[in-house]
Amino acid sequence: MAYVVQRPELTLKEKAYLPSIVSGLKITFGHFKKMLKGETKVTMQYPEEKWDAELPEYYRGAPTLVKDEHDRERCVACQLCEFICPPRAITITPEEIPADSRFAKVEKRPAEFKIDMIRCIYCGMCEEVCPEQAIYLRKDYAINGVTREEMVHDKKKLYELGGVFKGLVHKWNPEK
Amino acid sequence: MSTATTNAVQMVNVQIDGVWLQFPKGTRVIEACHQAKKHIPHYCYHPKLSSPGNCRMCLIEMGTPKMTPDRKPIIGADGKPEIGWIPKPQISCAQDVSEGMGIRTDSPMVRECRQGVMEFLLINHPLDCPICDQAGECKLQEFSVEHGNSGSRFLERKVKKPKSVELGPRVTLDAERCILCTRCIRFMKEVANDDVLGIVDRGTFNSIACHPDRILDHNYSLNTVDICPVGALTSSDFRFKMRVWFLKETATIDTNCGTGSNITAGSREGKIYRITPRENDAVNGPWIPDSHRLNFKYVADERRITVPIVRPQLSEFAPNWQQTINLAAERLKKNAGRVAVLASARATNEELFLVSRLTKAVGAVVVDVLPRTGEPDGMLIASDRNPNTTGAKLLGVATGKLADIAAGIRDGRITALLALGEDATKSGLTADDLAKLDAIVAMDILPNATTAAAHVVLPASAPFEKRGSMINLKGRLQRLNKVVPAPGDAHDDWEILRDLILAVSGSNGLHSIEEVFKAMSAEVQEFAGITLSRIGDLGLDIAAQPQNTP
Repeated sequence: MAYVVQRPELTLKEKAYLPSIVSGLKITFGHFKKMLKGETKVTMQYPEEKWDAELPEYYRGAPTLVKDEHDRERCVACQLCEFICPPRAITITPEEIPADSRFAKVEKRPAEFKIDMIRCIYCGMCEEVCPEQAIYLRKDYAINGVTREEMVHDKKKLYELGGVFKGLVHKWNPEK
Repeated sequence: MSTATTNAVQMVNVQIDGVWLQFPKGTRVIEACHQAKKHIPHYCYHPKLSSPGNCRMCLIEMGTPKMTPDRKPIIGADGKPEIGWIPKPQISCAQDVSEGMGIRTDSPMVRECRQGVMEFLLINHPLDCPICDQAGECKLQEFSVEHGNSGSRFLERKVKKPKSVELGPRVTLDAERCILCTRCIRFMKEVANDDVLGIVDRGTFNSIACHPDRILDHNYSLNTVDICPVGALTSSDFRFKMRVWFLKETATIDTNCGTGSNITAGSREGKIYRITPRENDAVNGPWIPDSHRLNFKYVADERRITVPIVRPQLSEFAPNWQQTINLAAERLKKNAGRVAVLASARATNEELFLVSRLTKAVGAVVVDVLPRTGEPDGMLIASDRNPNTTGAKLLGVATGKLADIAAGIRDGRITALLALGEDATKSGLTADDLAKLDAIVAMDILPNATTAAAHVVLPASAPFEKRGSMINLKGRLQRLNKVVPAPGDAHDDWEILRDLILAVSGSNGLHSIEEVFKAMSAEVQEFAGITLSRIGDLGLDIAAQPQNTP
């Protein structure tokens, strides 16, 4: 069925057209003035300028691995993140911690931990599923490389990005 | 005759969750409940072992018929005996069903009992599921979700027990995870007849240990790992290699000896990680020997032949598949009538059937398989270490004329050798004998003396890389399934044989392994009416097939 759109009845002022032009220009010149005074900034000169300080606490950047306050790798290679990862970006090779290590009680650690950053979709499922609080999405977002191999973060790189996290997981504390 | 059978299987009436059912006398209550599709959680009970009744997980409510003073059951309004319920819960694993018995598997008391037992079992549990190899197939995890309560009320310090103890060369013990169900102790005592495990220390410090002067090195020790319901006993070989939920499980059979034990192979992304037994009471029960279970590493050997080899080399490039097949066929045709075929009793029936066709096509003088024997262990390892000797005999490939090959080569009657998955130097031939030959065509997975001397080498598939059927020593036709893909340019053995037959004699129209089986069942009386899919996961007894019964 045809539907008839009612046209609004315009007032004389609206029909005259010019008053609207003037009020529009008023806003434009207002911004122009503020910019000349340096009160507003229109363009951010990325990458020389960055907005990193304003990133919210919950920002999801590159996934990283963290160590605890005793310099122990928190990851125990349970491979739950590898299992949950929707784009299958994570590959873990587990190994046994040698008996002479001071963390021998933990028994297991990753021999290699690879995250393919071409595949990663920054969903944060790995962080959510981790029973050891070992993997966190940090604020690094500018992940780049020239080759595909460069885009795969290995264990060393992941710990470099992750750093040290304190608190919480006490399960592997020998006193406990 | 008929009265004898009814006497042998006397049926008793049992009420399970309000429904009256009949079970043969002597059925365990837990088994009766399973048959009635009422699953009773349990740890210590194992159908193939004795029942100590120590885990208390299978508690149920039980009752017996109410009796009048003159010991007659009181019949209720529904015509069934009235049941007098026992006020305390009973374990269902150490009790046989009896006439008029009543069972409740899901009453409030039963549910409360299970929750209580779970809480006690988990008091000292280390909760190290993230690193535990059992995680994913752990009964503690499963029953904790189904019957436990999520929190712990235990505020005291947990008892510390030895962790990662090597009980033997293949088994690792974590005593903290152990729930002391004693399945492993009973297995070693009752099945393996090597009573090396026991419980030491008292009370809450109870733990599983080996006899002080002994280690757990029995060739069936890894079965204790399979039956361990928790992560206390783990396989040292599989330790920390892969989480079980990643493993693709393929039902196949063991090819290390003539028993043909049923196995499940766990693989991920084309790599085999572990072999576990698959229950088949007609063959191996739920067990397999360790030596067979751990013999799968050769599949991923880096020396595997993955490309066809032609000697002398044609060019700097590797020859393609068809070129290689043609060269092999050319050499065989040149020596037609003077060819010997050394087949393998490790091959499937389908392959052996094609071998017999190929034998005819090249006009072979002699064909035989390489026998392989060893010491039998009286349990599951047969003295015949070839998995398909029965099939080879049935298909006329095993002729017992192996000695003729060496003799024929030495007196010049044989000038070409077709070595199909076997090393000819193990059959009494020397390197000099091989050097005399005009043509050696070999098909194998790993390099050996024959492939080193061969003019044409065709890369073949390992038993874990192919589908087919084999007949074990008891005459059971069983199916081999593809667990992982073959590496590189390696082909299925039957495809290699088909290609060779095709190149030597012309078309044969076989395009799939099913068609090979079909062609075989049309020619071989014993296989009539059987298809590869009809064999099923548990196999068929060849002698019991209608066409083979007189």
